[in-house]
Amino acid sequence: MADIVFWIIVGITIGSAFMVVQSKSLLYSAYALLFTFVGVTGLYVFLWADFLAVVQVVVYVGGILVLIIFGIMLTNKITSVNISHSSMQKSAGAIVVVGFLAVLGYMVFNTPWIELANSEPASTAEPLGHLLMMDYLLPFEAASLLLLGALIGATTLSRKEN
Amino acid sequence: MTVDMLMDWFATIGDFPILSFLLAVVISGVPLFLVMALNAMVAVYVERKVSAFMMDRIGPMGQGPGLHAGKWGLLQTAADAVKLLVKEDTIPETSDKLLFKMAPFIIFIGAFLGLAAVPFSSVLQVADFNVGVFYIIAVGSIGVIGIVMAGWASNNKWSLYGAMRSAAQIISYEIPAGLSIIIPIMMAGTMNLQEMIHFQEGNVWGILPNWIIFNNPFTFIAFFIFFISAVAETNRTPFDIPEAESELVAGWMTEYSGFRWAVFFLSEYANMLVVSGLAVAGFLGGWQSPIPGMFDTGAWGLFWFMSKLIFLIFVMMWFRWTFPRLRVDQLMHVCWKVFIPIAMFNIFGVGIWKLIFG
Repeated sequence: MADIVFWIIVGITIGSAFMVVQSKSLLYSAYALLFTFVGVTGLYVFLWADFLAVVQVVVYVGGILVLIIFGIMLTNKITSVNISHSSMQKSAGAIVVVGFLAVLGYMVFNTPWIELANSEPASTAEPLGHLLMMDYLLPFEAASLLLLGALIGATTLSRKEN
Repeated sequence: MTVDMLMDWFATIGDFPILSFLLAVVISGVPLFLVMALNAMVAVYVERKVSAFMMDRIGPMGQGPGLHAGKWGLLQTAADAVKLLVKEDTIPETSDKLLFKMAPFIIFIGAFLGLAAVPFSSVLQVADFNVGVFYIIAVGSIGVIGIVMAGWASNNKWSLYGAMRSAAQIISYEIPAGLSIIIPIMMAGTMNLQEMIHFQEGNVWGILPNWIIFNNPFTFIAFFIFFISAVAETNRTPFDIPEAESELVAGWMTEYSGFRWAVFFLSEYANMLVVSGLAVAGFLGGWQSPIPGMFDTGAWGLFWFMSKLIFLIFVMMWFRWTFPRLRVDQLMHVCWKVFIPIAMFNIFGVGIWKLIFG
């Protein structure tokens, strides 16, 4: 049973990812991305990472995707439906993809993967919180400072001086 | 009655995993849809009546087969449903057909997924997640995508403006709502809705029930911020600028008619149910009785939860008929300059409170 659901999720993820790349309309790509993100959420659920799955929905669907769609709509005149993009230099792209795939494949087959216990962990959010707030506090704070800096920078740049 | 429980129970009868999975999903999914439909039907009738009483009218009275057959206009809502189902389904010539048809589904999925985690009683909950609170907040954001999709696909300036306003409003108000719902999580130390409700057993301050809203001054303020933000997230008056009739016709729903529009309607009322359910579970003790120790067994849990839920939905309707609509700039001002600072201060205050008294 779980296998069937897994393959359906994988199918949705890869199929919609292909749509993202292949679609001529930028907006269609953005909406296809919704299904890719939801598919990845499903993969997280299969790894017992419920907290991460929900974070994936909040951050990617609720945040990044909405921002992308906003960006598309704000940069074009709203009456123009003709928002499209096309692929160029397909042969060069194919070489890069094959090379990248080879590197990834090498990594996948040579990493000593940790076997997950095949049972649901009691809580995933709590150990994550402990790690973030105890062991990795400095990187966590550094990342938030960086994001704050980016936020202030973006506001300053986009603000029209009067 | 969670999906897991059903599947475990099926496993004791026989070994047919695919069938039991499908059955478990259908058995828990169909009642959820019925709750959604029933909720919309009842809420429409109640909304008509509540608005009428607040305006000193009598509202729908004589609807039904024959003259004045339906008592108190009770059949009004059935007439509404039939009207919506048989109405012509128009699709604008210049619209984006695929996205136009897909948008109602995505908005519906967002509302339906949220409903799956609402704890109607200690056993009546379709999915009992470890991260339930966070999950409801997360799937609420799926609806935004559907709204923007509907607005853009309609190829109509009212729709597009409505959709943009709606999306801006929802993603803005998600922040104070999210920051306020952190407070029950901090108090109870869990994101599981059932455990959060169990935390709210007993008394506090002598006589009050130990609901998180009564726990300390910060949680009291947090509840109101959460509830007002939740009203804004459901795009209801006084926060209904995305579908302000006087300026935008009907906002992002302008081009929709018939059953597709009914789906939007269903989702809107289901969203009210979900956010009120989260407010009840997080702040008002969920299915706990207001008098601890009394009437708290068996079906009473469902009764208390539904009573609190219906009260909050009534308050939303009360808002709608008593407050004028906010302007866009007022809306954003309230969210970013009033609610978010207060919500952040609340988190700080609850942290200190827990350190000293917890």
